[in-house]
Amino acid sequence: MDKKSPKALLYLLPSLLFLGAFLVYPLVDVFVYSFEEGFNFASGTSFGTGLYNYSYVLHDPYFLQALKNTFILVIITVPLSTILALVIAVGLSSIKTLKNLFQTVYFLPYVTNTLAVGLVFMILFKPTAYSDGLVNLLINLFGGQSVDFISGPYWAKMFVLCFYTIWVVMPFKVLILTSALASVNKDYYNAARVDGTGKARTFFRITLPMISPMIFYLVITGFIGAFKAYSDAVALFGTDLNAAGMNTIVGYVYDMLYGNSGGYPSYASAAAIILFAIVLTVTCINLAVSKKNVHY
Amino acid sequence: MKKASLLKTVTYIFLFVWAVIVLFPFYWMVLTSVKDYGAYSNEYIPAFFTLSPTLENYTEAFTAVPLLLYFLNTLIFTLVTTALMLIVIIPAAFAFARLDFKGKNFLFTLILSLMMIPNELVVITNYVTITNMDLRNTFTGLILPSVMSVFYVYLLKESFSQVPDELYYAAKVDGTSDFKYMMRVLLPICRPTVVTITVLKVIECWNSFVWPRLVTDEKNYFLVSNGIQEIRENGFGRENIPAMMAAVVVISVPLVVLFLIFRKKIMEGVARGGTKG
Amino acid sequence: MNVTLKNVTKKFPSRTKNTPDVYAVNDFTLEFPDGKLIALLGPSGCGKSTTLNLISGLLKVTDGKVLFGDEDVTDLAAEKRGVGLVFQNYALYPHLTVRQNILFPLQNLKGKEKMSKSQMNEKAENIARLVQVDNLMDRKPSELSGGQQQRVAIARALVKMPKVLLLDEPLSNLDARLRLQTREEIRRIQKETGITTLFVTHDQDEAMSISDMIVVMKDGVLQQTGLPQEVYDNPENLFVAQFLGTPPISTFDGEVRNGTLYIGDDVVFEGLSCQEKKVTVGIRPEGYVLKENGAFRCSLKRVEVMGRDITVISENENCNSGEIRSIIGSDNKVDVTKEWVCFDLKPEKVYVFDRESGKRLREAEVRSNG
Repeated sequence: MDKKSPKALLYLLPSLLFLGAFLVYPLVDVFVYSFEEGFNFASGTSFGTGLYNYSYVLHDPYFLQALKNTFILVIITVPLSTILALVIAVGLSSIKTLKNLFQTVYFLPYVTNTLAVGLVFMILFKPTAYSDGLVNLLINLFGGQSVDFISGPYWAKMFVLCFYTIWVVMPFKVLILTSALASVNKDYYNAARVDGTGKARTFFRITLPMISPMIFYLVITGFIGAFKAYSDAVALFGTDLNAAGMNTIVGYVYDMLYGNSGGYPSYASAAAIILFAIVLTVTCINLAVSKKNVHY
Repeated sequence: MKKASLLKTVTYIFLFVWAVIVLFPFYWMVLTSVKDYGAYSNEYIPAFFTLSPTLENYTEAFTAVPLLLYFLNTLIFTLVTTALMLIVIIPAAFAFARLDFKGKNFLFTLILSLMMIPNELVVITNYVTITNMDLRNTFTGLILPSVMSVFYVYLLKESFSQVPDELYYAAKVDGTSDFKYMMRVLLPICRPTVVTITVLKVIECWNSFVWPRLVTDEKNYFLVSNGIQEIRENGFGRENIPAMMAAVVVISVPLVVLFLIFRKKIMEGVARGGTKG
Repeated sequence: MNVTLKNVTKKFPSRTKNTPDVYAVNDFTLEFPDGKLIALLGPSGCGKSTTLNLISGLLKVTDGKVLFGDEDVTDLAAEKRGVGLVFQNYALYPHLTVRQNILFPLQNLKGKEKMSKSQMNEKAENIARLVQVDNLMDRKPSELSGGQQQRVAIARALVKMPKVLLLDEPLSNLDARLRLQTREEIRRIQKETGITTLFVTHDQDEAMSISDMIVVMKDGVLQQTGLPQEVYDNPENLFVAQFLGTPPISTFDGEVRNGTLYIGDDVVFEGLSCQEKKVTVGIRPEGYVLKENGAFRCSLKRVEVMGRDITVISENENCNSGEIRSIIGSDNKVDVTKEWVCFDLKPEKVYVFDRESGKRLREAEVRSNG
């Protein structure tokens, strides 16, 4: 056994080096940063350790705004996108003609560049020189008032952000749920039919429990993903998210690190660890709930 | 029976509506990119089609901003990162799947647990590391922290483990070294998984935004995502939307083509547990 | 090349703390003669496959030595031993054609043994012709039948002219008809190449029919070796006697008293110089002679007529192997209405074993030819 160890190590060495340098070391280091008070990026010195960085971040209005934005985004998009994906997946599973085409189309956003398509969304919602933009045109058509979605009221901007976020996360969810539905043993449906079970009852009593592990998986990853939202907001509102009032926690971390307001890796670290703590807590709650409710 | 066919019709209408919502931005992007700038700016009501398509915006996209450069940068970044990843993770997956060594299970569990570490946590130190090493605005700085993907090590190891033991023993008796076995037997047999991983990594690289934004501020090293952002904020004199859309089309096309070629592999790979970003 | 195992032991550590280590092969010493076809025979779990893998080098011995000719290969890895191995499920490389599969071992040769492309191709062609797969060279394994895959696996193992050819249950994945055909084929190929060949099987018919030598194992311990017929006629212990032969040997509780061997009250042998002892008596199915007033009385159950032979199925209260099957010539007439059937026994088909140890007790037997 010991004779083989050096050889195996040789195969593992590149991976271990990369992991150590860019994953394990940074992980340890970020905690160190977060407790170093007054860390100066230029000189690499600090004048103490403590919880000041956390206190600063938690009192920073920009961070609180980012926290609020992120929570609203999470609470709206995660349930909505999951339910919508479930409806679409059930619809997809019930048809034969065009099923492949629909599946391919629905998956398309997964491979596209979030920034690039975000730009398209922006111009759909944004007023042009002589019009209020395509979406407002539709609103007017139904007798509504034009709204400035990109630089107007908070709820309008939040609406666009949620809408785009859902659009971006749907392909993954639809795909996962469609394959989960396809893997349910047909015998259960046949048994239910023989027993004279109605369609709705079959869905809620058989299909839903059978795919519940996958739904919970999507909810958990959905929460994690939504808490880390950033690129979508940048695509819609530009890099200066604080000015737009649309910053997210991750955005705050990067802003602290880099850019016009940057140069504070300690604050960034503290914010990142707060985010990590939130995500971890939410995930644990999710897991606890799913343990109680997934019956298989 | 009538109720059933009504349900079917409603289903199709619903699916069709969602397909339109998914496809419309793509349509609008292509449409706007071929609209004449002057005509576009003078629209009181956005036109849903154009009778005089023009390719002028594409010329503008390539000349007014260094789009071709962004494009080449991204290509280099994507290819080198993906190639490096394969070189690094294939032997690791092989070692975990096939070789015996002390503490193998412990190490594997440890590495799997790293999958849960969010990128946001490690990016901070990586940024500091790369900055201190004076690697900002270099390909080295862009590529190195992007190489490793723990999830793909796991996926590949699972695939390697499914190859029957007998083939390994047969190769041993046939006089093959471990390395040769990996290259000549294991990789060809597991090619579907390797292709899936490669394609997923290419997509990930092509779309990466956060890391490149942190370590590059010189246009010469911008990737397409950063290029798009740059164009959005400063390029084309902010209002030239058609040219902007032309740029968006250009950077989206490679991945859409890749997707149409490897549609099945990509969707299978993602269904097996891949996540975005 | 002859292969020698000297006190070879293979120990697998136990999986849990409370169970002892497993000795898959225990103190195994034997020389496999050069150029012979040798069968390693035993029930599943007896360590025969482990023995094969110790010779191939895929497993390392815990103790003892493995010699190829005079060369000690105990510490040599599998890839350097130069053996050919055919796996139970063939283990053909699924992504390579038949030709590429056969070429594979040749392409691994290094140094002096390295061959040119044309040499390799010629070798592959020759070996393919020998095993009769030369018309399948460009197919993939998935396009071949089980028998064809088997031949390709043999060709791949043979192409580098191995010092010894090892086959692990080579026939177990084939259907009955192919099995008969393929075992003749293995015999022919072995004769033509003259390579020392070991094969593992749990099927005694297979072992008996084609091999020059059989090696019977049980629980990791070598039981008996020799020519197939010799081992059948002269089992060293109860296990070997029971394992060889179809239908299997019947065994009875017997006793030696006053120089006489009894099964119940029936006298089997007289005039023995053996001390009083409880024994197990084994009688081969062909050891019975139908006789009206024969010494051995059994209750008649039924008769199966098989053309050439008749099988008489009967019971005896002292029999500990279920029903007794006796095979007698079809010229005998058995009255099926009778309750009893009586036999005389052929002394050379009766074996006596110590009831405790299962060892053969020759002093409790009488041989007609002395």
